[in-house]
This record gives sequence, C-alpha cells and structure tokens, in this order.
Amino acid sequence: MVTITPALVVRGLRKSYGDVKAVDGLDLEVQSGECFGILGPNGAGKTTTIEICEGLLERDSGDVELLGMTWEHEPDKLKEKLGIQLQDTQLSEKLTVAETLQLFRSFYKVGREVNDVIEMVQLEEKKTARVGTLSGGQKQRLAIACAMVGNPEILFLDEPTTGLDPQSRRQLWTLIEEFRSTGRTILLTTHYMDEAERLCDRVAIVDHGHIIAQGSPHELIESIGATIPPPPPRATSATLEDVFVALTGRTLRDE
Amino acid sequence: MDRSIVQLTLVRFREFIRQPEAVFWTFVFPILLAVGLGLAFRSRAPDKVKVGVVATQPAAASVIASLKKDSSLIVETMTDSAAALALRTAKVALLVVPENGGVRYVYDPQRSESANARLITDRAIQIGGGRTDPVKVTERRVTERGSRYIDFVIPGLLGMNLMGSGVWGIGFAIVDSRGKRLLKRFMATPMSRAEYLMSFLFSRLFFLILEVVTLLGFGALVFKVPMRGSFGELSVICLLSALAFGALGLLIASRARTVEGVSGLMNFVMLPMWIFSGVFFSSSNFPSLVQPIIRILPLTAVNDALRANMLEGTPITALGFQLAVIVGWLLLSFVLALKLFRWR
Repeated sequence: MVTITPALVVRGLRKSYGDVKAVDGLDLEVQSGECFGILGPNGAGKTTTIEICEGLLERDSGDVELLGMTWEHEPDKLKEKLGIQLQDTQLSEKLTVAETLQLFRSFYKVGREVNDVIEMVQLEEKKTARVGTLSGGQKQRLAIACAMVGNPEILFLDEPTTGLDPQSRRQLWTLIEEFRSTGRTILLTTHYMDEAERLCDRVAIVDHGHIIAQGSPHELIESIGATIPPPPPRATSATLEDVFVALTGRTLRDE
Repeated sequence: MDRSIVQLTLVRFREFIRQPEAVFWTFVFPILLAVGLGLAFRSRAPDKVKVGVVATQPAAASVIASLKKDSSLIVETMTDSAAALALRTAKVALLVVPENGGVRYVYDPQRSESANARLITDRAIQIGGGRTDPVKVTERRVTERGSRYIDFVIPGLLGMNLMGSGVWGIGFAIVDSRGKRLLKRFMATPMSRAEYLMSFLFSRLFFLILEVVTLLGFGALVFKVPMRGSFGELSVICLLSALAFGALGLLIASRARTVEGVSGLMNFVMLPMWIFSGVFFSSSNFPSLVQPIIRILPLTAVNDALRANMLEGTPITALGFQLAVIVGWLLLSFVLALKLFRWR
C-alpha cells in the first residue's frame, strides 16, 4: 500500500506570549501539491502558526512535521526544501535585484538560475536597479523570488498581498498560480477572502489561536448558505475591483 | 563566486561603498583631522615676548636700550595707566617699572608666558647693566622627528579609527539587518551562521589594510611621521586591534534591535576611550588612582602599542602587556557575543 506523506502535519500546536495564547491547540494537514490558505483577522495567530512551521519560532507544545521531517531532527535538510516570504522583511536597499537573488541563491545547494527567477517575477527591467528604488509591488515580487530561488517543495507566504494595489495583487496571484501548477505545495495566510477564494484549494479559518472552520472555499460557502440568506443576485460575478483593473489596464503596470 | 561566503562578503563591500557617508567617516575624516591638528600644532619659531616699560623716569632710557638688544623681546613704552590696562588685557606679558636705580617687574607668575618673560627680561637688563656669565655656553638646536605633536597624534588617530570602524562597521550592519528582519529571513534559509559572521571579518580585514595605509601613508608623506618599528610587527598590532574592536562591535550589537538603541550603546562604550585612552593627549595626565583602569581599556593598549612601535621602534616582544590586553578583549568580547547573540 502506498501512502503519500502530507506536505505538512500540525497537531495540538500551542504557543503563548506571557498570558496571551497566540496559538491554542491547532491541528492542520496540508496535502502535497495543495494550495492551503490560513484565513483570519489580525491577531488570530496566523503569523505565529506559519513561523513555527518555518522553524523560526519555538513552540510550547504540539507536533510539526514537514515532508515527513521535523525541525528537531533534520533542520538543515528542511531549510533546503522550504521557500519563505516573511511579512516584515526589508531587503537591503543598497543591493540590486540581481545581487539580492545571487545572495539568496548562494545559500542553497541546489536551486534555480537567478535570471530565470527574475524573468518569472517579471523584474528583468529592474535587474540592475537598487532595491531601494523599487515600488511596493516590485519589492514583494522580489521577496517571493528570494523564496523561490532555492527551488522549494513548500512555499510559505505570509500575507503576500497586504498593502498592494490591485494590479500588483493580481500579478502576485498569477505568480502563485504558476508555482502551484508545477505540483508543489503552498501555505499562505491572508485576510482577503477574494484572495483565498481565487488561490486556495482548501482554507482554514483561524480565530483566537484555533481553527473554527476548514474546507474548500466552495464547501465553506455552502455550509453557511443554508442559514444565511443569499445576497441579492448580481448581473455578473464581476466586482468593483475587476472594473478598476479593466479601466486601468489588465497588463500589469509597474509604475 | 557562487559560494555563500563570497556572496556575503561581496554584500559587505557593496553596502559599504554605496554609503558615501561611511566612506567619508572611515577614510576622509581621519585625514582631515590629521591635517587640522598638524596645522594647529605645527612646529614654529617660538613667539616673541611683548613687555611694556613704564617710561616715567629718566632711567627708563637705559632699560629700554638694554631690552632692545634682545631679539626675542618686543618692547613698548607706555604711561602708567595704559600699562596697567595692557597687562590686565594680556597685551603685554610683563611690565618693567624703573625705580630707584633698579627695576620692578609687574606680572602674574601663574601665566607661563609671563614667567618666561620675567626670565628673558631680567637676563637682558642684567647683561645691559654689565653682567658677564661665568660659564661659556654654545648651542646646537635640534627639532627631532618623533617628538612633535603630529607624531603623537597620528598613531592615536589610527587607534581611534580602528576602534570606530570596527565597532560601527560591524555593530551597525548587524543591528540594521536585525531591525529590518533580514537576519530572521536569513535564518529561514540554509545560510551558515559562521559564514555570515566570517563575512564581516573578511571585509573588515580588507578595509583595515586600506585604512592603515591611507592614514599612515598620509602621515609619513606629508608630516614625515617616523616609522621606526618593524612593519610586520606594526601589521600584527593593527590586525589584533581590528579583531578586538570587531569583536567588541559584535558584542555591543549582539542583542540590540534598533539602530538608535545600539548607537547610544556604542557611544557609551567608545566615549570614555576617546577621552581617557590617549588619542589627542597623553593618558598620563589623569590621576594615578584611575591609571590601572585606563591601562586595561582596549584603546589605551592599542595606542600605546602603536606609539611604541612607530615612534620608539619598540619590538613586539617588549609590548607583552599591551598585546595581552588587546587579545584579552578580543577573546572576552567574542565568546560573550556568541553566547548572547540574537539571531532573530
């Protein structure tokens, strides 16, 4: 019998900061090749959960297993296989885009060509520009390029589109979809429901440090459909954001 | 080129040279300081001494004649009231008042200039009055390289520069990375922590060579500051000093999260050494009670060792105490820094 190891298994995860229980008995299982979203309001414990999975934070109790490995036993091997984008990293402003990626590439034994990654995130024109001169969307694409340059099996994205304009958001979505189409796993946190609906195969809604609902976006919508009256029908499924993007140009503008 | 130690070291270089203010403070500022101090304290002929003669009595004429024979005096004749004002405002160093066949000197013995004027004036008047010296004197005048102020201050500036660029260069870059969560981002990659720290070491050693060559080259070419000791031994002293200050920078930066916080800490550590460690004036000016503390400060040991090598040609084997202090700080700071270091 063949058993496929899940990409990520989290059981009974707990983490407190003083009296505050940031994560309070959280269970999670992410299948290989899945795009899994952790949704929740600010302060729900999303970032703490993802940073424990990334090996950046110690947990108080519970088990975390990635690709059948644990941080206790194989930290070096795990780091080679994970790609990470943190919420609050500021890359060095004095370096150029290419230099930043060369640096990150040098940390990994195997990985992707720097030029390929630059092309993938559409920063060819900014290759020799200093990071300090990039726009918010470009900086975020560079951060994701840094996460991808080690050719990871699992990509962790912590609120990747927070604070970005609609064009940049959609550009990042395309990037994430391309990565998912190669059959690898993504764990992302967000507080945008439309983002989760578009990108994620399954989502978990987290509040007060534990999961209050879990399933595919469709299932979750169905599950509340019975008790809450549906919104008045709309002529199309387009949103105001679609209008904005259509009017300002679908091709993703950089400036 | 693809090795991460190479890439990390390249990053250090790039970040440094793309920060014009850092380049200025490391390379240009010490030279400007040396030029300024060199000009201010340049060797020159001793100033002439101005004395006033109160010309109310006929005897004044012979006194004035005697004084004018001495080329190191400038003589002014004045009235009583003008003389008092001139002395009070330090226009003259001393007043000569002829009276009763003799003279009276009016001056403030606390002012070294006035005490000096008293000696010169008296000599001139006594010789003019017919004194002959019983001992015959000849003079040979020498101004020795190595004993001027610029000779004293160049090794001091070098020591101060080694401290500044070690502590600032390493501490600032690390805390900046920590504050921007870049250090945490690196921790999420397979980057080796040892290589990360080594990249600072390598770039420090490279810039060390530039700093030492620039400042000492400038001192030797422009001010003819002597280099009497062995170059090899001087290099060893500079290398150990740079490592010790780098380790100190690492220790200061080991936990701080903000650049503002670490700046205060760095000034707190470095300011006492700027004052007490004999950069601009000899540390022996401080009371003997605090000397034992001053002597174990790293910058004091570095300055003493640099001066001994450059000005006196002392061999490194005779600098055991200074080297022990430097190496002691190096080991203590480095071990503590590694223990305390906050990687996230």
